[in-house]
Amino acid sequence: MKPAPFAYHAPDQLDEVLALLGDQDHEVRLLAGGQSLVPMMNFRLAAPEVLVDLRRVESLRQLRHSGDGTLAIGAGVRQSALLREPVVTDGWPLLSEGARHIGHPQVRSRGTVCGSLAHHDPTAELPALAVALDARMVLASASGTRERSADEFFVSYYTVALEPGEMLLEVRFPRCPAAAGWSFKEVARRRGDFALVGVAALVEAGDDGTVSRARLVFCGVAERPFRALDAEQAVVSGASFEEAGRLVSEAVRPMGSIHASAEYRRECAGELAARALSEAWERATGG
Amino acid sequence: MPPDGLIGQALPRVEDERLLRGAGRYVDDIHPEGCLEAAFLRSPFAHARVTNVDLSEAVRAPGVVAAFDGAQAAALAGPLVFDMARIVPEPVRRSVDPLVRVQPMPSLATDRVTFVGQPVAMVVAESRYLAEDALQLIDVEYEDLPVVVDPERALEPDAPLLEPEWEDNVAIAFNFRKGDPDAAFAAAHATVEERFRSHRYMAAPIETRGVVAAVDPFDGRLTVWASSQTPHLLRDFLAGALGYAPDRLRVVAPDVGGGFGMKGSIYPEDLLVPMAARELGRPVKWIEDRAEDLASSTHGREQVHRIALAADADGRILALRDDIVHNAGAFTTLGLVVPYNSLTHLLGPYDIEAVDVRMRVALTNTGVTAPFRGAGRPETVFAVERAMDRLARELGMDPAELRERNMVRPEQMPYATGLVYRDGADQVYDSGDYPGLLRKARELVDAEELLAQSSEERRIGVGYAAYTEGTGVGPFESARVSVEPGGKVIVRYGGASQGQGHRTTLAQIAADALGVRFEDVEVRGGDSGELAQGFGTIASRTLVLAGNAIVEAATEVRERAKRIAAEMLEISPDDLELAEGAFSPKGSPGTKLPLGDVAGFLSPFNPARPKGESADLAAGSIYRPSTVTYAAGVHAVVVAVDVATGMVELLRYAVAHDCGRVVNPTIADGQIAGGVMQGIGGALYEELVYDDAGQLVTGSFLDYLLPTASEAPELRLAHLDVPSPLNPLGVKGLGEGGAIGPPAAIANAVEDALHELGVVVREGPLGPSRVRELIREAVKAGHGKVNTVGS
Repeated sequence: MKPAPFAYHAPDQLDEVLALLGDQDHEVRLLAGGQSLVPMMNFRLAAPEVLVDLRRVESLRQLRHSGDGTLAIGAGVRQSALLREPVVTDGWPLLSEGARHIGHPQVRSRGTVCGSLAHHDPTAELPALAVALDARMVLASASGTRERSADEFFVSYYTVALEPGEMLLEVRFPRCPAAAGWSFKEVARRRGDFALVGVAALVEAGDDGTVSRARLVFCGVAERPFRALDAEQAVVSGASFEEAGRLVSEAVRPMGSIHASAEYRRECAGELAARALSEAWERATGG
Repeated sequence: MPPDGLIGQALPRVEDERLLRGAGRYVDDIHPEGCLEAAFLRSPFAHARVTNVDLSEAVRAPGVVAAFDGAQAAALAGPLVFDMARIVPEPVRRSVDPLVRVQPMPSLATDRVTFVGQPVAMVVAESRYLAEDALQLIDVEYEDLPVVVDPERALEPDAPLLEPEWEDNVAIAFNFRKGDPDAAFAAAHATVEERFRSHRYMAAPIETRGVVAAVDPFDGRLTVWASSQTPHLLRDFLAGALGYAPDRLRVVAPDVGGGFGMKGSIYPEDLLVPMAARELGRPVKWIEDRAEDLASSTHGREQVHRIALAADADGRILALRDDIVHNAGAFTTLGLVVPYNSLTHLLGPYDIEAVDVRMRVALTNTGVTAPFRGAGRPETVFAVERAMDRLARELGMDPAELRERNMVRPEQMPYATGLVYRDGADQVYDSGDYPGLLRKARELVDAEELLAQSSEERRIGVGYAAYTEGTGVGPFESARVSVEPGGKVIVRYGGASQGQGHRTTLAQIAADALGVRFEDVEVRGGDSGELAQGFGTIASRTLVLAGNAIVEAATEVRERAKRIAAEMLEISPDDLELAEGAFSPKGSPGTKLPLGDVAGFLSPFNPARPKGESADLAAGSIYRPSTVTYAAGVHAVVVAVDVATGMVELLRYAVAHDCGRVVNPTIADGQIAGGVMQGIGGALYEELVYDDAGQLVTGSFLDYLLPTASEAPELRLAHLDVPSPLNPLGVKGLGEGGAIGPPAAIANAVEDALHELGVVVREGPLGPSRVRELIREAVKAGHGKVNTVGS
């Protein structure tokens, strides 16, 4: 369980990172927290020829709360910051709660937010949270930067909308509506395991005391974060949370694994949806 | 039981200060100058003919010093032959007339591979990295052979054969019968019959296996450092296989990070690494990685039981029938050990007159199964204790009440089961209070208040598991106690510690037996260079065997020291007392003659030394037990099941345990707690899964799920100490007990929680998806109704 030979660089400037990443003749991978890449290299499932470590690039380690209320998280920011920084725990409690389910403290102290997003294991929490919170992804290469919505960014298992030579520079979360109730529910084999099924829910209450807006995004039920549009719409139209859960179970087409059958994930997605909506609603209405 | 001298005192472990500072010395910490590292190419196929192994590119790779294929290894060291596994004591032969077939195991596969992970080639290089790079350059040609993974399928007439010369895949078979089970079943008021499967899981110690070997260029002696539970047995094996006189070969087990039986077997790498060191004239190291451990180290537990119980209207069990199929994996290396344990622990604490058991052990294209903490007992207890709950349900009786009615009562002790134990002695329970254990476990788990919180959505249930455990099996263990001139006492024993705290418990025993202070005793084990004879730490035996050997040796030293001290003080030995490491005449505690001075008096430099006395104040002992002593326990657990998600939560776990006289309560509790956690792993999380092609699906810790601190329940422990009459210390073993109960107790509790839905638990682990499947099946079969969102 030792990696194949590779060249290692740890530049301290972003433009050096992007220059190295632009090398078309070699397989180049970025090393951020290493929580997925390093095990894959040790199993020789990944054998990059060049590894570019981001740890010395100070500018990437910033977590900024800008004037318009946006939360910007650089490629070097660890997942533990989501549980530690008051700006996140106060302003994006859903993000904090979801991040609590990522591995254990040791994993979160190493793993980065952007690393998990760019790796895109569809059972991971952060991609679903990014879609639920309408995150914007800033992609950078030697020739410039561009932006994509989270929904556009996640393509399929371990595949995202990054071109060769491009990296996820930053993820930006727009201001979370103050009145929104939120919930994150997950079942996993053990505390900290990848989700069998997980769901991020956001609910807003209208002036008339009914649901005016709902958002339900799942991990673990599809090849990418799954947004349950029918169930969201049904809830806004007055359906019960249980009914919304039934719609979710009908809509999802999960894969099975040794840890949970497809049937299990399907029924559990519905159950968690109902529970998450119910908890989010309580938070939205102070009930 | 109150402390008696040092025995019974919860002294802090003397090991911990060093280990917690990170100053432990494990095999991987040993790196002799110029040490090379080995890596193994392992079979990616479960069953294939090996037609060619091409090492030519690998040997030319950077940093590679040598590469070996099966033919080369066979020429240098031969296959592994497990002669001891063939030995069947005559009384066992008379009792069950067993078939025992044991195959030689090639160190590296020659013409065939029979399981995924079997070593095929070895590369030795300047570093492990370079060795693994070279593995990728080895070209092996395989021709597929048909694969059989399931042990029941392996017994069918048309199954693929693991051993082409055999007519079937049966490696071991035996039958046992007592009483008249047919008549009992015919006359019974109630009978139950079920198929229960104990699934495959494994020890997965935190430290994987590892071997370092170095030949001393000066005298040609070979030293092997191995993460082994049985360094002396490994020395004897290597001496034979490599042609060394035993005194020219030293095997050391330094700090070892857990073994649980897995490091009690001898493996191909144990032979190949020393062989390479000898051939290359340089030290060689191999540290098993986790993927290798999961695939290639021994597994445990896989058995299928078709079990039936017959009872009268009062719940007295009249007869038990069981047809057991045990999956040996690709090789049988230890013969009868595990399957025979399953027979001799099937009746457990119960008094059952009529018994009919058939055992068949099948070879399959899977990893080798061997003893793993419980070694045949958890498997058999899962079947019997599940069947007890099915019978209780059939009779409409409380499961704890049914158990109590059928238990051997304290006044029946010593109690003969009618079986013969594996050591050839009649199986006779030496002491114990099984109903007392059950009552204590019920009291500890205090289920009523928790059960009252049960709801339709979150159902709560209670489950029990009772077991006996033959501990302290022979043939022997050795010890040597010596007093140094400064007064320090050195205790050498033939076992080896994998974290059990031997340096603490054995020092407590030695200090008490000798009459010295605890802090003056140093315990040394795990080193064939320290003590010529030894057997090893397996099978819950070290406290019983090494402990009593130490008592015998310490007593001899004390008596000799007393005789010499009496000469020195010119009084009668009968007038001397030894306490706190010094002799005093009775009635004159102020006059002290330190034990160290007695040792010093024997020095050859002392002109006044007594003639004819040897210079060392020391004695050795070999302790051979008459047979095993029977520990026992009852586990009780309360679980909550989230009906909609299938998640099982352990609300409270209780163990009442009898391990005879407790030497160190903290260490005893730690043994039970660790065992319970390993059992919880099997009950809820851990499973080694092979697909139909024999590929190991759970080949890393991503998929092989060990329980962590987050999964630990509230644990309540009690020891009911009934001393063993069979040994001077009155101790019984307890290394395995904690791991025996959880799979059965938790399955019983989950079934109890879901009984209104008609759920029957037939196998584990009880992950949420399986629990939901059980609920769906039961509801579909019309046993119960449940409303959930998703179904």
